[in-house]
Amino acid sequence: MADVNRGNRPLSPHLEIYRPQMTSISSILVRITGNALLVGSLMIVWWFLAAATSPEYFAVANGVLTSWFGDIVLGLSVLGLWYHTLGGLRHLIWDMGYGLDLDSAEKMGWGCIIGSVLLTVFTIAVI
Amino acid sequence: MAYLTDRKRAQGLGSAKSGTEHHWSMMVSSAALLLLVPLFVFTFGATLGGSYEEVVATFSRPFPAIIAALTLVVGFMHFKNGVQTLIEDYVHGPTKKLLIIAMICLSYGAAGTALFAIARIAL
Repeated sequence: MADVNRGNRPLSPHLEIYRPQMTSISSILVRITGNALLVGSLMIVWWFLAAATSPEYFAVANGVLTSWFGDIVLGLSVLGLWYHTLGGLRHLIWDMGYGLDLDSAEKMGWGCIIGSVLLTVFTIAVI
Repeated sequence: MAYLTDRKRAQGLGSAKSGTEHHWSMMVSSAALLLLVPLFVFTFGATLGGSYEEVVATFSRPFPAIIAALTLVVGFMHFKNGVQTLIEDYVHGPTKKLLIIAMICLSYGAAGTALFAIARIAL
């Protein structure tokens, strides 16, 4: 067998052992926000479908989206969407080969967090 | 299995499997969404909360309708590829394949529904 040492090799330390760092936290937040956006997106698709169907059906979907429940989901979705957008921008910058040193990565991580909060406040104020 | 040499069994099974298409598709869709998302947030956000007539009137106009359709279609294709990476990292075996297939179906289903609904409102 080419791989005789299977199961008896040194493993890299597990995630739980590391102190949370800006680089790891800002990265996992991109994943969480991106996938959590499914909930709000499906609600919006449902809202469009209802608007395309009838005024009565629209009233039902619109009632849910503008309820306190809808406000919470869509409010968090706006925050998640801005964070994910800034996180994605950071990935595009990295893919171009810039900002790969630790100091820049951490600065951009703070930029994602602070920027997403500011953009969310701005969005809610404008809308 | 016994007839395959170890080398033959391992050939072509590098970590990337099929090259860089997945990463490239994420780059392209994220670049598109960088422009689409702000436009959608403010056109959709300004319309949400309005009456049925106002909503239909807004999405009967070309710009809000095209922005909404593109954002949801490109967004769900971006989600389809993104959630695949999530599943591949945490789920293994047949469940992994079933979940990826389910998410691909959900993504195309949602994108198709959004496209149909917006076209019906707009036309």
